[in-house]
Amino acid sequence: MTITLHVNGKPHVLDIDPQMPLLWALRDHVGLTGTKYGCGQALCGACVVHLDGEAVRSCVTPVRRADGRAVTTIEGLSPDGSHPLQKAWVELAVPQCGFCQAGQIMTAAALLAKNPSPSDEDIDTSLAGNLCRCGTYLRIRTAVKQAAAAGGKEK
Amino acid sequence: MSRPPIRLLRRSFIAGLGGALTGLALGSFARAAPTLPSPVDPAAKAAAAADGAGLRPNLFVHVTPSGAVQIVCARSEMGQGVRSSLPVLIADELGADMGRVEVVQAPGDAAYGDQNTDGSHSVRGFYDALRKLGACARMMLIAAAARQWRVAPATCVAHDHAVHHEASGRSLGFGELAIAAAKLPVPKNILLRPKAELLHVGKELPLLDGPAMVDGSAIYGADVLIPGMRTAVIARPPVVGGRATAHDPIKALAVPGVRAVVPLPAPTPPFAFQPLGGIAVVADDTWSALRGRAQLEIIWAPGDNGEYDSEDYRKTLLAAVGLPGVVVREVGDVTAGLAGAARQVEAVYHVPHLAHATMEPPAAVARFDGQTCEVWATTQNPQASRKSVAKALGLDEENVTVHVTLLGGGFGRKSKPDYVVEAALLARATGAPVRVQWTREDDIQHDYYHTVSTQRLVAGLDAQGKVVAWEHRTAFPPIGSTFSDTGLSAPGELQQGVLDVPLAIPNVRAENCEARAHARIGWLRSVANIYHAFAVQSFIAEIAAARGTDPRDTLLEIVGPPRIVTLQELGVESLPNYDQSLDEHPIDTARHRRVIERVTELADWDNRQKNGRALGLAVHRSFLTYVAVVVSVVHGPDGKIRVDEVWSCLDAGTLVNRERVVSQFEGAVIFALSHALYGEITMQQGATVQSNFRDFRLMRLPEAPRKIHVEIVADDGPPCGVGEPGVPPVAPALANAIFALTGQRVRDLPIARTLKV
Repeated sequence: MTITLHVNGKPHVLDIDPQMPLLWALRDHVGLTGTKYGCGQALCGACVVHLDGEAVRSCVTPVRRADGRAVTTIEGLSPDGSHPLQKAWVELAVPQCGFCQAGQIMTAAALLAKNPSPSDEDIDTSLAGNLCRCGTYLRIRTAVKQAAAAGGKEK
Repeated sequence: MSRPPIRLLRRSFIAGLGGALTGLALGSFARAAPTLPSPVDPAAKAAAAADGAGLRPNLFVHVTPSGAVQIVCARSEMGQGVRSSLPVLIADELGADMGRVEVVQAPGDAAYGDQNTDGSHSVRGFYDALRKLGACARMMLIAAAARQWRVAPATCVAHDHAVHHEASGRSLGFGELAIAAAKLPVPKNILLRPKAELLHVGKELPLLDGPAMVDGSAIYGADVLIPGMRTAVIARPPVVGGRATAHDPIKALAVPGVRAVVPLPAPTPPFAFQPLGGIAVVADDTWSALRGRAQLEIIWAPGDNGEYDSEDYRKTLLAAVGLPGVVVREVGDVTAGLAGAARQVEAVYHVPHLAHATMEPPAAVARFDGQTCEVWATTQNPQASRKSVAKALGLDEENVTVHVTLLGGGFGRKSKPDYVVEAALLARATGAPVRVQWTREDDIQHDYYHTVSTQRLVAGLDAQGKVVAWEHRTAFPPIGSTFSDTGLSAPGELQQGVLDVPLAIPNVRAENCEARAHARIGWLRSVANIYHAFAVQSFIAEIAAARGTDPRDTLLEIVGPPRIVTLQELGVESLPNYDQSLDEHPIDTARHRRVIERVTELADWDNRQKNGRALGLAVHRSFLTYVAVVVSVVHGPDGKIRVDEVWSCLDAGTLVNRERVVSQFEGAVIFALSHALYGEITMQQGATVQSNFRDFRLMRLPEAPRKIHVEIVADDGPPCGVGEPGVPPVAPALANAIFALTGQRVRDLPIARTLKV
């Protein structure tokens, strides 16, 4: 079946199983590997991308649900890594192994888009589905708040 | 379909400026001290001199005529910041401008020295060796400039990417000197800079790979894309040592995209780094491979471990510590000490199997052309990967190349290259490049598990409450069981919290009780320290409770006065001491005391039962580093016990990258809390019960402490380990805090077995 994905602003026409999770379509067929596989069961958040601006777990999202819609991956969050979250993540040296961080950032980006000044509780609730085995959680909290503050200033 | 080319792991420091980065590594097993790289590699020098490529006095440093400096990192990056740390030792000795340094990841090759990134070895094992490699290049650049200027080399200095003759104000850039320097002899006596001249070492350094990690361009094991590559997933025997006796591939082969179904050879004990066998499904993409695997029909024979039940096995371990074991440490006469004691305190502690659960499951890519095999892998151990692949394919090691990607976590799992061998076998079997992808279920169910352990401690107290006798029995299937047929532990495990614990007690005996393995046992970040520190540091708090004394004072009393603890005092003939000499790295109780005193000061220990909180304390030396932790717990609004705040104070000797040291200790707190609160792998009929994060629970952001305070209390003396030593004191500090809050003593981990957390 033909599926058309608009990934980071570019159309991709794919002849693939419509049941294939969006994660594997992005990684294996679009060639964007920034979105990570961590559990396949919507338990860890490593695979979070935006579907029409909403954070979704691409590992359990059949690609047919994304047909004709806009998908944003970590590679498309900003043209040059300059999203306030990406800047805060680097400034605060949040990543350790880094593997979960694309999912953390994409989840946080969807949060900030809706709630530009989240409380600690908002951040905790929003990111509760994103595991980090290295244990960077406290820096993630701080970085989201720093990005929120920076985003506020830009406006 | 668009596919980017294979991207190599080369990165410039300039990209990471503005952020943070140390060095250390995880997992440990008794083994020889790491081998060091040769200071001068004649082949590399000859190649550099011949082609005018610039100065390359050894495999680790290359100064090109354009002034670019390439520095090789030979250890694997798995979150500890090693790529942001080790190259800085070379660059600082050289006098390089960090913005012009490119870090190149080494392939697996013995020429780079030991590359198995574990045991928190990277900085402590290579600190001086790497400085010499940089200093060597610096001396040659200076010699070239001095010759050109006709001045004495001693009158020249190197900094800011150039050699300077300050008396005459002349300077020549490294690039301008590179070709001339390459023609000079390599100095024999290499002079290191005074420590004060190292501009970056010991400071907060930029996170080299940070920008790539946040924009999606960082390449991990599964991200390597090769034209024509196929993806394989494997149905492995549910029980270690089991095998497929029959399988029907028909339905799997009918799944669109599936190219082949390939049975893999079953391993024979000892399992070591062999793949587990099973049936592989090779397909055009991951989804097809997964669908194909789901259609496989396989009959498994369970093998020798098919009866293993981890709950039953607790009884076996309990029985083991009820009987005398092999005496591994003895001072005075414990039997008489206990017999003459006014009272005894006794406790039994149990710590379950744990899984590594790296966020990135194992993955590897291999291609084979009939004569050579090239591999890309998320591996802590590229040399063992190379050796294992060569053996499996019947090749000479020279015909196997292993490229190291970034690792999405390691924690010891990725020191074992079973999954790399799987990729190589399948590339050979199918004639196409193959990526082996482990699913999370594969990872949780087929790990090299942290062992399961039971310990029994007995203390004898005299009429005044002073501890006069201490008996410690430990039983756990050893890591050695993965490599040979043994149930007894190696000194490498027993040094981790049994042999090396300072005890100002006149009668001490420790025994190792035999325990047979029924699973693949491996090393997990901080290894045997996890369960030994939990038992010992919990037990000291139990003695305090039995006597009604302050746990902090009790701990200081049992650690004893400031002193160097000798082998004689420990009651052991020798101590591996994490591969370092006791002369250089003695057991120094002044350092224990200092971290205890500082951490309790920071946590306001004297007000430890204030505002609904309760504090627990523990101290532990591991990987030569001294760490004391205080955990604060409160009752949450939901009736659950909640970790509110944690203080971790450390003395790891000289540091390379202060910022990454702090981040490692922050992360160690979360890592250890996860295991203490929730972590447990159980097995029934030889097979692992848990399968994903649903039932192998890890700490999540809302459960994380409100604050974690890390303080480096000293930073001089020889460098010690960083990646692991933050872990061991956390679990006992938590158990001690819970006791202080609730009066309930947790001796069985995880805490979720008995309390709402």
